[in-house]
Parts: sequence; C-alpha cells; structure tokens
Amino acid sequence: MNIIRNRNKFFLISLTIIVVGLVMAIVSGLNFGIDFTGGTLLQIDFGKKIPVSEIREITDQFDKNASILHAGDNKEQVIIKTTLDLDNKDRLEIFNKFKEKYNLDDEAFVQSQKFGPSIGGEIRTKALLSVIIATIGMLIYITFRFEFKFGISAIIALIHDVLIALSVYAIFKVPVNSSFVAAILTIVGYSINDTIVVFDRIRENIKIMKKDKYEEIVNKSISQTIVRSINTSFTTLLAIVVLYIFGVEAIKDFALPLIVGIIAGTYSSIFIASPIWYLLKTRVSDRNNYNPNRV
Amino acid sequence: MNFKSITIFLLIVAIVGFISYSAIFGVNLGKYEITPAKENMKLGLDLEGGVFVVLEAQTDAQGAELEKKMEQAKAIIRQRVDGLGVAEPNIVLEGKKRIRIELPGVKNAQDAIDIIGKTAQLQFIDPKGNVVVTGKNIKRSEVTYQLNREKGREEPVVALEFDKEGTKKFAEATRELIKNANSKDRIIYIVLDDEVISSPVVSGTITDGKAVITGGFTVEKASKLATLIRAGALPVEMKEIQTSVIGPTLGLTSLDKSIYAAKIGLILIFLFMLIYYRIPGLIADLGLTIYILLVLGAMIYLDATLTLPGIAGLILSIGMAVDANVVIFERIKEEIRAGKTLRAAVDSGFKRALRTVIDANVTTFIAGVVLFKFGTGPIKGFAVTLLIGLVASMVTAVFITKYLLKLTIKMNITKNTKLYGA
Repeated sequence: MNIIRNRNKFFLISLTIIVVGLVMAIVSGLNFGIDFTGGTLLQIDFGKKIPVSEIREITDQFDKNASILHAGDNKEQVIIKTTLDLDNKDRLEIFNKFKEKYNLDDEAFVQSQKFGPSIGGEIRTKALLSVIIATIGMLIYITFRFEFKFGISAIIALIHDVLIALSVYAIFKVPVNSSFVAAILTIVGYSINDTIVVFDRIRENIKIMKKDKYEEIVNKSISQTIVRSINTSFTTLLAIVVLYIFGVEAIKDFALPLIVGIIAGTYSSIFIASPIWYLLKTRVSDRNNYNPNRV
Repeated sequence: MNFKSITIFLLIVAIVGFISYSAIFGVNLGKYEITPAKENMKLGLDLEGGVFVVLEAQTDAQGAELEKKMEQAKAIIRQRVDGLGVAEPNIVLEGKKRIRIELPGVKNAQDAIDIIGKTAQLQFIDPKGNVVVTGKNIKRSEVTYQLNREKGREEPVVALEFDKEGTKKFAEATRELIKNANSKDRIIYIVLDDEVISSPVVSGTITDGKAVITGGFTVEKASKLATLIRAGALPVEMKEIQTSVIGPTLGLTSLDKSIYAAKIGLILIFLFMLIYYRIPGLIADLGLTIYILLVLGAMIYLDATLTLPGIAGLILSIGMAVDANVVIFERIKEEIRAGKTLRAAVDSGFKRALRTVIDANVTTFIAGVVLFKFGTGPIKGFAVTLLIGLVASMVTAVFITKYLLKLTIKMNITKNTKLYGA
C-alpha cells in the first residue's frame, strides 16, 4: 500500500469527518453536560420502570425543560437533569414529592449532583490549558529526541485526533462532561504514543536506506510497524469496549471518547502523521538544496 | 531441555500464582494474614458512596485577609464535620476561595450537606431584637467549671471571650440590659440559624469581654453549646457551588461492574496475546499479571484513592503495557525473519524496541504529569493510576518480560520459531 502517494485521499477522509463535526457543532451545538453548563442532576431508584410522563408531572413544577432518562439494568431508575441551580433544600423537596407519591424509602435517592454555573467555565479553561501545556511539553521532548519536524507532525496528528473525537461528540450528541476532559487528555497521550513508534522506525530507516527516497522510507516504515499499530489498538480497544459494554453510566461517558480516540489515533499515526512529516521534509529540501534522490 | 531453567520458570509461575491468589481472595497463614487487595484499596466517593460539597466564600477579601478567613472557615467546617462522626473526612482548600469537603460513606447525605453548608451566622440578640455581637466577635468558647453557690458544688459552664470590638459592644449592651428590673428583659438570646440555642440572663455589666454562661448544664450539654458557638462563627458566607451525593448502592454497583468488566477485558487480552504470539504471548501474560500486581501494590502502598476514572486509567495503562510487549515481540519476529537465531533475535529485538518503548511512554508520561498538576478530583485520580501504570509497565517490559523470555529460550524446549510468533 503506497500511503504517501494516496495521502490526499486520507487527508480528505479526515477533513470530511472534521468538517461535518464542526458544522454540526456550530449548527446544533455540543451536548454539554451539567458539569459544563451548571445545573443539577438527581437519580432516583423507583424499583420499577416509571413512564417519563409520570415523572414529568412532578418535575414540570420545577423545570419544564428538565431532561429525563431511564437508567439501571431494568430501567428502574430515573435520572433527572436540569440546568437550574437547585440547592440542597430544593433537591430534597423534589425527592420528597417522589418519595410520597411512590412510597419510596430514603435509600432510593441514588445520587444527586450540582454544579454552579462558574464551575463549567473553569473546567473548560483548565482543560484547554492542560492540553496546551501537555502539547508543548511533548513537542519539546520530541524535538529533543527526534527533530522539530517530527514534533510538528505528531502535534498535527494529535490535533486531528482531538478534532475527530469532538466531531463524534457533535454528530452523535454525546454529552460533554468533566470526564470528557480526562478522555481528551488520554487521547492526546495515546495519539503521541502511537505516532512515536512509527516515527522511531522512520528515523531508524533514514540511516539504513541512505539512497532511497523519503516516499519509500515512509512507506516501508509504516508497513514494518502496521501490525504492531493494529495489535496494540486492538488489545486496548478490547479492554475499553468491554468497559463500555459492562460499565456504569459514568464509565460509558468516559469509554466512548476513548474508543473513538484510539481508532483515530491509530489511523492518524499511519495515514496522517507520516504523510505530513513527508510533506514538511520534502518541501524544505525542495527549496534549500535540491536532491533528486530524496524527493 | 534445561532443568534448572525450567525449575526457575515454574517457581516464578508458582510465586506469581500465589500472590495473585492472595490478592484476589486473601490468605490466612496462621499468624500472617493477607487481606484481598480490594479491601486494602482506598476507594473514592464514586465507588464507596458518600458526599462531597464545594463551598465558595462570598467575599471580596484578598491576599492575606482572605487566606486567614479561609483557614478559619476550614477549621469551623472541620468542627461541624466532626460533629457528624464521619470516619475519614477530607477537607481541603481548593484554589483561593473554595473549600472542598469529602465525606465518604455518609448515609444521610442531605442532612450532612445542610449542617456543613449552614451559612447563617451566630448572633447574640437582646430582647428588643437588636444584634449585640455576632459569631465573628467570639475569640474563644469553651467549657470550664465554676462554683455554684446555691448548690455548693462545681458545675460546668461555657466561658466566652470576645474580641476588641465584641468586648466594647457587649459591655454597652449589658450596661443597658442590667437597668431592667424584670429578668425577662435581661436575657441575651444566642441564636444560630434562626434557632435559639441558649438564653442566658445578664447578671451584671461585663466590660472585660469575658462572659460565662451558666444554667445547670451537664458536661455534655455545655460542650455542645460551646461547640455550636464556635462552629457558628463562620467568618464569611459560604455558598454551595458543587455537590455530589452518591448513594452507597450506586457506588457498590459501579465498583462491581467495573471489576467485572476489567476481568473480562483482561481475559480477552490474555487470550489474544497467547493465540497471536504463542510462547512470547504466554510470557507477556505472565508479565502482565506481574504488572497488575505491581500497580495494585503501588496503589495500596502510596495510599492512592481508586476512583471510577481511575479504573479506566488502569485499564488504559494495561493497554500501554501490552503495547510495550507488542512492540518488542514484533521486533523479535523481524529479527527472526532476518535469519538470526532465537537468542540473537531476542537480544537485538529487545535493544531496538526498547528505545521506541521509552520514547512512546515518556511522551504519555508528560501528558499524565500535566493531568495530575492541573486536574482536580476524579481527573487527578485518573492521572495517578495512569502514571503508576506507565512506570510499572516500563519496569515489567524492560526487566521482567526480558528475563522471562531469555529464561524460556534457555529452557530449550523447542527451537520451532513458529511458536515464537514468527
């Protein structure tokens, strides 16, 4: 498979997903969780499935726009989310209404969470800051161990992975919450890890294949490392997909972006990072010292 | 066949098997008892159930003044929490204006939040409804003993000491009140959250800022009142900005489900490695088992808290650990294909793969450190497990897998390179 020659096709595939995702994000917005927007979450165990309309009878008294979801193995639980800033007294009042109507005991109040409106903004700022700092740190390390162009290509692949993950959030309306931040940062780490292995091989092959063109070096390096890339992603995916299938809600929110990120990370290390490095490398040598063997 | 190597190998398998068994089920060897890892692990609120509240000070104070107020508020909240009897409460300042209170295992979560979050202040009110002093004027409130002349014995009382401003105000108020003939008009009501907790009668003008509340207290009642007065002196209004109440059943379900998922995930990974890489796969499985034991051991030793995202971090680091093995084995396969002997292939394959593994893991490590430094709560928990996992995976890949692989080659059971995945 000649990856360098077909590079534009791969760029196009990624670009399409990202553009669709960004358009979706702009048109209908991301589905921000209450920890980003501020708001309140209540989870109550009714012991049996209760129709949403019945739940609404009570929740409408507080917030007509509250979102109601079923949870639990037999859908016997209900998660109520509202963007209202309900304090402890209000939360108890709501629960007490359900408690009275359905004859529940106190244990039925599975969980409640509240986030003030300022928290979300802070999480976002901190997340962005962490990604930027982590990226700079990794760029420095790669420049030190390899060269700057490898660093830049790895970072572009990483931004690609993050954008793909964001697009999936936008397209499938996955809630964006605080574990999303940890997920994105993990994708950043994984993406680099995956890319480094391919770059490492390119670096090694440059020394061995002195007479060959960069195109051949990159293609050969990828074909030498592709089994490893696929096997590693496969085993990591095994663990995370199982976690997604059997995990609780909070874990699912976390596992989904990781699944997407790992697939994107594997794809980008093969089809995006190396071709970009090739472009950077050949363009510069074009300009500075023309070398017919190397283009 | 080399029996010495085989014996060593089997011994290692036996030891790893024994430790794994005791980590899962626990072992009781007469005097020595090993409890299962699950019981030694400190669990986060999301796995154990419990409450956390983040309170924010509603103040414009800055710098040293803010710091002092926050420290004071923290101390008061600690007192309130102690009154709840929570086993291991965790109260920390978060940023400059926030206090994070974690109460693992609390059952009546809503009551706890109410008590902690009480923002109303302690007030001393005269019969006309004027506020004489507030909680912030109180410097000291404790139980002492004083002679009751009527009964002729020592009796517990609550001794108060006011600050400068409080002393002045209290002196003025008592001077006025003492003029009233009727003892009903000489009462100072001590009010906490709209609730009168004590209503002592003023018996004289108090100018030195030291008052004593008497009233036939038992020691218990006196100390409760003293604590309430202390606890009511929140120096600044605190607003609840973030709360999470996880019921104990939800926590338990989360833990059980995650462990179940982790087990299945691991079995699948073990099977894959075994089928795909055969003998090295078996070594990898053994190495991974040691890796997991190392991580669990490190977490217990470091007293790290296991959270839900932490479990995800663990599983991800297992993925990274597998990656190190895959990189190494693929390299060894290449060397075998290039015509090297098994022994030479393992040696050069390891050497070449190692550099890759280190570069790849260091970059992820950088991301983990940033997460740990800037993350809060669950994200930090995730970072800790990820970092521990990365270090452990390096140790297993670099030393343990290599040693075991060389050992198996020394065992000389087969020369069939197909069994080495080639």
